[in-house]
Amino acid sequence: MENDKNFTLEGDDLTRYEAIVARYPTKRSAIMPSLWLIQDRDGYVCDGAVSWLSERLEMSEAKIREVLSFYFMYRETPQAKHVLQVCHNISCHVMGARPLLTHLQKKLGVRTGETTADGLFAIEGVECLGACGMGPCMLVGKHLYEHLTPVKADEILDSLRKGDPLRPDTDRELEA
Amino acid sequence: MSHDQYKILSKRFGRNDGHKLSVYESEGGYDALRKAFVLGCEAVIAEVRDSGLRGRGGAGFPTGVKWGFVPKDAETVYFMINADESEPGTFKDRFLIDYDPHLVLEGSIISSYAVRAELCVIYIRGEFGWLIDRMQVAVDEAYAKGYLGKNILGSGYDLEVIVHKGAGAYICGEETGLINSVTGLKGQPSIKPPFPAVQGFLDKPTIVNNVESVAAVPHIVTNGAAVYKQHGTEKSCGTKLFSVSGPVKNPGVHEIPLGLPFREFFHEWLGGMADGEEFKALIVGGSSVPVLTADESMRLNLDYESCAEAGTMLGSGGMIIIPARCDMVELIQVLMHFYWDESCGQCTPCREGTGWLHTLVRKLRRGEGTLEDIDLIDRVCNGMVGLTICPLSEAAVMPMQSFLKKFRPEFEALVQGRTEAGEASRWAREFRS
Repeated sequence: MENDKNFTLEGDDLTRYEAIVARYPTKRSAIMPSLWLIQDRDGYVCDGAVSWLSERLEMSEAKIREVLSFYFMYRETPQAKHVLQVCHNISCHVMGARPLLTHLQKKLGVRTGETTADGLFAIEGVECLGACGMGPCMLVGKHLYEHLTPVKADEILDSLRKGDPLRPDTDRELEA
Repeated sequence: MSHDQYKILSKRFGRNDGHKLSVYESEGGYDALRKAFVLGCEAVIAEVRDSGLRGRGGAGFPTGVKWGFVPKDAETVYFMINADESEPGTFKDRFLIDYDPHLVLEGSIISSYAVRAELCVIYIRGEFGWLIDRMQVAVDEAYAKGYLGKNILGSGYDLEVIVHKGAGAYICGEETGLINSVTGLKGQPSIKPPFPAVQGFLDKPTIVNNVESVAAVPHIVTNGAAVYKQHGTEKSCGTKLFSVSGPVKNPGVHEIPLGLPFREFFHEWLGGMADGEEFKALIVGGSSVPVLTADESMRLNLDYESCAEAGTMLGSGGMIIIPARCDMVELIQVLMHFYWDESCGQCTPCREGTGWLHTLVRKLRRGEGTLEDIDLIDRVCNGMVGLTICPLSEAAVMPMQSFLKKFRPEFEALVQGRTEAGEASRWAREFRS
């Protein structure tokens, strides 16, 4: 990326980063939350961020890249605005994950692993999301949509397009 | 519900106020922690050992015995709560954290105190973003109320808690993989011994316990081992959460006394199959355990010993009900894709074996397989057992070999180029490979 070399954390982000490092018993053990902090801000972890962390956490860039590439959820390139992660594991499969995936692919005109031309959506087939009894399910960002049908999936897509996401099933009504 | 008497871990499930500290306290919350400080570490370990509580993550190792392995003279001890719940079919820990985060936290604090840990890391899988927030709120509340931090409730005991977010790796649910992940390494397992209880995180004694295991601890401390043992069998004590998926009338998380006959659970808790569905096979404890036919299931009791006798495992309690409409070869392809995807790549038999199994099953489903391929599947499986650092390799072999043994005609039908092969072929190409 163009601004890679200028990567830095400032202000509140830097304060949060420093708080993470202070809480973990060694610098190296702070790598995962540090990567999350960067990815939550930027959407992915750029090369400049790896160099920046390497210096501060006293880890080689290679060791940071090992961690970055080992875990499925860390991203090293910019992502679609909404990544639709559809569980294709056994329980969701039994309850209809396959027709759901096919429906989404047709609807968006992309295959699993691809991003729509407008950069709005990407579809990913992912392993068990821990919603087996409520499948098929789909993770969008931090929240899960459960008991999915093609109709419900369409409603979710429309709501995401409008920038007013449908309330996910995991966002329960809680007493304050 | 008539099954309320068994609700020890799940009594606040389904409520919209169970996450609140004030509600938890008003229902006796954190009294067990006060009692634990009065009893002392040794007495807490003894009580948990006597309760017969066994690790609820899947292995079923006695929790109190594990705690006893921590050297008494250790200066620094760590505790880790395994909430990396990723075994296909398993979603019970998610309910515990969602509906009752303070129960999980109180159990974590008491367990940490029992082994005199100074830091407790609650490792939650990254996909559970909303639960990480829920747990962090509970932790912050506990700090503010003096249940965490320095000199907890005037006991002289100090404990820090970190809520750690995973990043998508099944293997981090293995305890040494989890420890390595928190260390800042790839989440690949380490050879045991040394066992983590002696030499774990940062080379210090470390206990890793499943969420459900520690969630049972407050009840055991409050009421004593004898009360806990009122439910269950002689060797499988207490209650256990089962997360049930598949087309039954009441899927979801159910708490049952161990030893309950599956037949009773199936009809009375789950309400039997959904309309129009027929019961074909059962995966009793998460995708990694051997499958049972419907007939075998109906003779099974849900406890560790009965499951072993039936040639399977109670595992995590991630129960998957397979209906008659499902093609077993299709399902095993889904599972073999999973193990191949999640193998950490460290050990050759697992890295190569899971890939071979996936390739061979896919070949069969494309209608390109031979009878020799079916035998080869079995031979590959035999070369994957007992040769690896962690049990992921066996976790792939157990479903593979049992599916093959119990549903072999479905595999052979594909070889003989019968009806399904064309349809299978279309899907096999569609499925990410």
